[in-house]
Amino acid sequence: MARPYRLSLTSLALASAVLVTLALVLVFYVVPNDASQGFSQRIFYFHVSIAFTAYACFAGGAWKALRYLWKRDSRADLESYVAIHQGVIFGVLVLLTGSIWAKISWGHWWLWSEDELVLFLVLFLFYCAYFMLRFSVDPGPQRASFSAVYALFGVVLIPVSFLAIRIAKSFVHPQVFTLHGPNFGGWILVAYCVAQAALLLFALTLYRVELAGKRLDMRLRELRIA
Amino acid sequence: MTYVADVRALARKDLLLELRARDTLPAMLLFVVATFVVFHFSLPAHSSQLAASGLLWVAIVFTALLGLGRAFVPEREQRTLDGLVLAPCDRSAIWLAKSIATLAFLVAAEAVALPVFALFFHGLRGATVAGVVLADLGICAVGTFLGAMAVATRARDLLLPLLFLPLAIPIVVGGVGAGVASAPGGYLGFLALYDLLFGLLCWATFEYVVTE
Repeated sequence: MARPYRLSLTSLALASAVLVTLALVLVFYVVPNDASQGFSQRIFYFHVSIAFTAYACFAGGAWKALRYLWKRDSRADLESYVAIHQGVIFGVLVLLTGSIWAKISWGHWWLWSEDELVLFLVLFLFYCAYFMLRFSVDPGPQRASFSAVYALFGVVLIPVSFLAIRIAKSFVHPQVFTLHGPNFGGWILVAYCVAQAALLLFALTLYRVELAGKRLDMRLRELRIA
Repeated sequence: MTYVADVRALARKDLLLELRARDTLPAMLLFVVATFVVFHFSLPAHSSQLAASGLLWVAIVFTALLGLGRAFVPEREQRTLDGLVLAPCDRSAIWLAKSIATLAFLVAAEAVALPVFALFFHGLRGATVAGVVLADLGICAVGTFLGAMAVATRARDLLLPLLFLPLAIPIVVGGVGAGVASAPGGYLGFLALYDLLFGLLCWATFEYVVTE
């Protein structure tokens, strides 16, 4: 079943381990301290990269969902589910890192004025409902169709919610925080890019591991029935 | 225009059923008025008018949920949906007709609820009414779609609010914004955009919900 041009899981895992280590070294030892926020600003490299990775997972899940509706391939259904599962895990990490950052910078664990945190809260609720939906339908084409359609709703909801949170700020919370200054270059950019690549690769590795596990599980169940 | 005729026939069926059985609309009316009374007592004496206009949206969303939860119950209990899917009509017509019927119930409930709200709390702005109308379209389009999914699951009534509320957050943002902002145009535009995007998405994907 493995396609020839694909990297093996072991090499993928090794590559992501190397990149994650490199990102940690860059973030903690190479990048200079932020002028206004000091050491704590380094969480930015993880927070933002994790957020982007979560979006990538949700988008990947929706893409697989579209493929399922199009080709009716049950493998795409499983892939869509696993991608969204990874997305939710990374989404929870976004909420956690965002809360920590907000606590250190502004003294509150939760800020409604933080667009990205609020968006991830909405997405978290939405994708939790995705799991509720998926697990209250018996396995089969109906479950796959429901999950796929709901996953497509998710990618439409992301920009719509983002817009909604943006416009809600004008009456919920008028003041706007600016996260970092305009100096986004040099080592900061390098460290960010490496951290981003590391997390994307790490997410891909986790996705492949979970997918392999789920497939093995299904295969075992088939063999047991046979 | 067979599509229009199909939609009209299906919507007429739902409206006639409601007219004869009166299952949904009285419940929605009673619920929304009772909610307003609860809100009156949950708001402290000198709380701002803005708080009340925010609560209006809570009432609308939950009243709509009450109607949406009932939308596919007759189809499930009498197994009408199987017949509808077998009928030689476009599947999206089923969704569109059902949305129109639930929209009719919701608008009817609001035709009573909004004057009652104005009477109990304070007057209504024209922009709020416009926001309610635009929000109704989105609520019924998305809610009917999710209702069709929810009745086919084991959890049924439990699932619809969980599926619907995250998707209703942008509607509430747009609606509240239209009611309180000095320039409501942008919020109304946002609601229209929501209706358009999710309406198209529901229309295009409903077939996958009812066929296996």
